[in-house]
Amino acid sequence: MNAHARVPWVLLVLALLGLAFLVLPLAGLLIRAPWSTLGARLTEPQVLEALRLSLVTSTLATALCLVLGVPLAWVLARTALPGRGLVRALVTVPLVLPPVVGGVALLLALGRRGIVGRWLEAAFGVTLPFTTAAVVLAEAFVAMPFLVISVEGALRGVDRRYEEAAATLGASRWTVFRRITLPMVAPGVAAGAILCWARALGEFGATITFAGSYPGRTQTMPLAVYLALETEPEAAIVLSLVLLAVCVVILAALRDRWVSPP
Amino acid sequence: MTLTAAGCGGASESAEGRTLTVLAAASLTETFTALAETFESTHPGVKVRLSFGGSSTLAQQILQGAPADVFAAAGPATMKPVTEARLTAGEPRVFARNRLVIAVPPGNPGRVHALRDLAGRKLKVVVCAPQVPCGDAAQRALRAADVEITPASHEQDVKAVLTKVRLGEADAGLVYRTDVRSAGGRVEGIEFPEAAEAINDYPIAALAEAPRPKLAREFIDLVLSPQGRKTLTEAGFESA
Repeated sequence: MNAHARVPWVLLVLALLGLAFLVLPLAGLLIRAPWSTLGARLTEPQVLEALRLSLVTSTLATALCLVLGVPLAWVLARTALPGRGLVRALVTVPLVLPPVVGGVALLLALGRRGIVGRWLEAAFGVTLPFTTAAVVLAEAFVAMPFLVISVEGALRGVDRRYEEAAATLGASRWTVFRRITLPMVAPGVAAGAILCWARALGEFGATITFAGSYPGRTQTMPLAVYLALETEPEAAIVLSLVLLAVCVVILAALRDRWVSPP
Repeated sequence: MTLTAAGCGGASESAEGRTLTVLAAASLTETFTALAETFESTHPGVKVRLSFGGSSTLAQQILQGAPADVFAAAGPATMKPVTEARLTAGEPRVFARNRLVIAVPPGNPGRVHALRDLAGRKLKVVVCAPQVPCGDAAQRALRAADVEITPASHEQDVKAVLTKVRLGEADAGLVYRTDVRSAGGRVEGIEFPEAAEAINDYPIAALAEAPRPKLAREFIDLVLSPQGRKTLTEAGFESA
C-alpha cells in the first residue's frame, strides 16, 4: 500500500493518458459494434474460414520463427562473428520496412520470376505466391524480429557460469545449448513466441501483397476485415472484434501459464 | 495563409490561400492531377488538394465527415451511399466511362486472346474482389461471356491486380483500359467484346458541406468541359 501512495503523480497521469490512448479506439469498436446482428454474422462460413486460416497460418509462422529464430538469436548473443552489428541491423529490417514493401520484396525473391522463386519453379515446379504457404512465409518474415530480439535479450541476461560449468564437465556446446541454455531462456523464448504469434495474426500488408487474397486459401482475418470495410463497415467491426477477442483470450491464457510475472 | 484556410472551413471564398479538396478514385490519379494543374493555372491563388483512394474508402471518409468539396467515384454504387445520406449538392453527373481489358505480361506468356482463355487452364488469373467496382465489372463481363474462372486471388483494388501482372506473378488479370495505358509498355492489354456489358460509369458531385462550393462547381465544370474530356479520353477513358 505504501508503494502505491508514493507513485509520482506525473507518472500516474501520463500512464493513464497512455492507457486511454490505447484503449479508446477499442472502445470505439465496441460502441459501434452491431450487437443485435452479431450472432448471425459470427456464424457465417466465411468468418469461420478466415479465422481458421488465420490461426493455422500464424501458428505455423511462429513454429518457423522458432526453428530459425532461436539459433539466430544464439549466434547474435554468443559468438563474436565479424559484422555482428550489421547482422543485428538486418534482422530488424522487417520491423521498419512497411509490410507492403516486405511483400513486394518477398515477390521479387520468392515469386515466379524472383531470384530464388524462378529456380524453385524450374527445379520442383513449385510456385509460392497465392498459396497458403506464402501466407505463412509473409507472416514469418514480419514476425521473426520480435522473436529474435526477445530471445537474444534473454540469452544476454542469463548467468553464463552455468554454461561454463557444464562445459568444464565435458558437455559439448550443442548439449550445453540444449540442456542448460534453452531451459534457462525458456521464459524469454515463450514471450518472444507470443509476440511473434500476435504479430503474425495481425499481419496484413505483406500477406496481401505476396499471397493475394482468396477465401479459404489466403484470405486471413485482417484481409477479410479490410475487404469488408469496402462495402460493409459493420461486418468489418464484427470481424475485428472476433480477431481481438481471440487474441486477448489466447494471450491472457498463455501469459499466465508461461510468462508469469516475477 | 494556409493556416487560415485549414483552420476555418467557413471562411469567405475571397480570402487568401483558398484550397479546394477533391477526393477521387485511384484510377483517376493521372488525369485529375493534370486537370488540377490546369485549374490552378486558371484560378490564381487557389490550391487543389487531391486525395486518391479506393472509391468505397473515400465514400466512407465522406460519410464520417471528412471535409471535402468534390467527390469523383469509379462507379455509381460507391457514389450511392453519399447521395443517399444527402451529402451531395445536386445530382452526381457521369463524366467518363471505363472499360475492362485483359492485362497480360509483355509477350503474353499464357497466350491469352479472349475471355474464355482464362477458364479451365492452368493459368494464374487475378481479378478484383467482387465487393469493389472493378471486381463487380469483372463478374458482369464473365457472366456475359458465360465463362467461369477460378482466380488465384481477389485483389483489393485494380492497381493491385496490375502489379501482380506487371511482376509476372499472374498470367492475366482484369483491369481497366486506363490502367494498361498508364502502365506504359510493362503490360499488354487485350480488348474483349463482353467488356461492353461491364462499362463503369464515373460520377462526380460537389459535396453538400463543401467549404468551397463555388470552386467545387467550377472544378466540375472543368472536368465536364471539352478540355476535361480530352484529357480523359487521352488516358483511355470513354467520354460519357
